Amino acid sequence: MKILVCISHVPDTTSKINFTEGDTKFDTSGVQFVINPNDEFGLTRAMWFKEKQGATVHVINVGGAETEPTLRKALAIGADEAIRINTAATDGFTVAKQLANVAKEGGYDLVIGGRESIDFNGGMVPGMVAKLTGANFVNTCIGIEIEGDKATAIREIDGGKETLKTSLPLVIGGQKGLVQESDLRIPNMRGIMQARTKPLNVKEPIASSEETATVAFEKPAPKGAVKLVDSVDELVNLLHNEAKVI
Amino acid sequence: MILVYTESEEGKIKKIALEAVAYAKGIADQMGTSVTAVAINTNDVSELGKYGASKVLEVSNDKLNKFNAEAYADVLAQAAKNEDAKVVVLTSSANSKFLAPALAVNLEAGYVPNVVTLPESTSPFKVKHNVFTNKAFAVTEIKTDRKIVGIGKNSYGLKESETSASTEAFTPNLDAHDFDMEIVSVDKATDKVTIADAEIVVSGGRGLKGPENWGMLEDLAKTLGAATACSKPVSDLGWRPHSEHVGQTGKPVASNLYIAVGISGAIQHLAGINASKVKVVINNDPEAPFFKAADYGMVGDAFEIVPKLTEKLKEFKAQNA
Ligand SMILES: Cc1cc2nc3c(=O)[nH]c(=O)nc-3n(C[C@H](O)[C@H](O)[C@H](O)COP(=O)(O)OP(=O)(O)OC[C@H]3O[C@@H](n4cnc5c(N)ncnc54)[C@H](O)[C@@H]3O)c2cc1C
Ligand SMILES: Nc1ncnc2c1ncn2[C@@H]1O[C@H](COP(=O)(O)O)[C@@H](O)[C@H]1O
Repeated sequence: MKILVCISHVPDTTSKINFTEGDTKFDTSGVQFVINPNDEFGLTRAMWFKEKQGATVHVINVGGAETEPTLRKALAIGADEAIRINTAATDGFTVAKQLANVAKEGGYDLVIGGRESIDFNGGMVPGMVAKLTGANFVNTCIGIEIEGDKATAIREIDGGKETLKTSLPLVIGGQKGLVQESDLRIPNMRGIMQARTKPLNVKEPIASSEETATVAFEKPAPKGAVKLVDSVDELVNLLHNEAKVI
Repeated sequence: MILVYTESEEGKIKKIALEAVAYAKGIADQMGTSVTAVAINTNDVSELGKYGASKVLEVSNDKLNKFNAEAYADVLAQAAKNEDAKVVVLTSSANSKFLAPALAVNLEAGYVPNVVTLPESTSPFKVKHNVFTNKAFAVTEIKTDRKIVGIGKNSYGLKESETSASTEAFTPNLDAHDFDMEIVSVDKATDKVTIADAEIVVSGGRGLKGPENWGMLEDLAKTLGAATACSKPVSDLGWRPHSEHVGQTGKPVASNLYIAVGISGAIQHLAGINASKVKVVINNDPEAPFFKAADYGMVGDAFEIVPKLTEKLKEFKAQNA
């Protein structure tokens, strides 16, 4: 089985978000970048398939050279090979077209992406890759088992979960639940040493039109001070008469 | 023409679908056109006119009784092409987000989710949307002929407009690939309010000390008709199910009221719940960062305050019933 894990390179969750160049560019100074948390759950599940079912695991990112440390981290966690498509990721649709091209050419059976990236929050890339390649797709995926070319997936739905039977090739939009928090791996010294010699192939992008373009960023207006209250009577009164939410 | 997908559950139109119709009407007014709704296996569509739909395409097909992203996206794509829709409006529900990418590919349409207001301009077509998990907004231009926008929960509101809607049966051509995925079982608590649908969310953190103390939060939630949620460590410790974990790496919350009990207010927690309109924090540490992000706060012991608050709310409900 060949697995491709899509890795989005995102600001660490504690990052303060600022913009430069007249609020048109994300300010990366002082920002620590990490593997998108949803993708880390997916990558860890891929490691399980590698260890238990002999799968080959490749990781891929669409982005500039600055994302390579993030791909190296994925290699240190245990992926066999990394691919970087050398173009800035500015539009989810364009990213999906690049990924779909590799997914198809490489003959991957399972493509694992995240439900959503924590920077653009598009929630669109994996679903588009599935549609572009003609693969089946399960979003908000919290469990996946594979037997031959058959897959059983569990999907989180509002208020519960749903179990689905489908077949490969398959794309999932994964999240916590694919593995538990405690299963996540911190790369060890051996992994880091090995990662240095594993292949990281840089590919040029295929020609593609741009469907959307972000023209500006804004920060939310600062919040007013909290109103501290001493009694539940006062709180209920304020929630009813002032905030009008009960 | 603006096409809007009006979601329903067990044949009943959802409230977010009405908000989506109102939003579609807002865009239609900006562009000088009208709104057509697509309702799949819905019993009563009469309400849609009230929010601005002038035509409703009714789809009835037993194969579509259970939500199926591939098939539903196919239905919407065919409707959009038949009616020559310029814009397709979706919501931020799990189902809308599941089908949107397939629809975008099918229509070769640029798609922007989590949109917070009407377009800044319609030519060029520019929308403002949440990015960096509520830490910022982006203004994005959609450049394709057809456009898809997903509106963020609770960001537009239920604006009424007196339109009368005509209805028309719509029979899409579904193919076998639409049903490649088989739903084996659904495991869903039907008696509980879900975080996605809830107007009010009551959330507990590590300050509650252990799973045995969640009874008082559930009482509070029940009194308010609220959903229960929790911080990440609480679900990591197994005190509460993962489905209740909210925040940057959990579920997003955009409720009218969010009550945080024994939650410190870490940046990752706040990012995911900031889209809520009114935030209340109950915490015994006056220095807890959550107080900086909240609208109302009580400094004190949750074990004393929460039961009192529930009692008071019960009284209040009885008086205002
Ligand atoms: C990559 C990453 C992603 C993360 N994503 C998320 C996320 O999505 N969601 C999330 O929630 N967290 C997330 N976190 C964790 C986050 O950083 C915090 O650790 C977490 O939110 C803290 O949870 P808490 O407030 O319940 O616990 P604590 O920080 O331990 O706070 C407990 C609070 O309870 C108060 N308290 C104690 N006793 C009482 C009492 N008797 N009455 C009233 N108050 C009391 C304390 O004063 C304290 O403020 C993430 C962390 C990382 C590294
Ligand atoms: N530039 C990228 N390179 C590789 N994978 C990506 C990229 N952007 C998004 N993805 C994948 O798509 C998922 C959803 O991203 P998004 O649609 O941006 O919310 C992420 O969790 C990744 O798995």
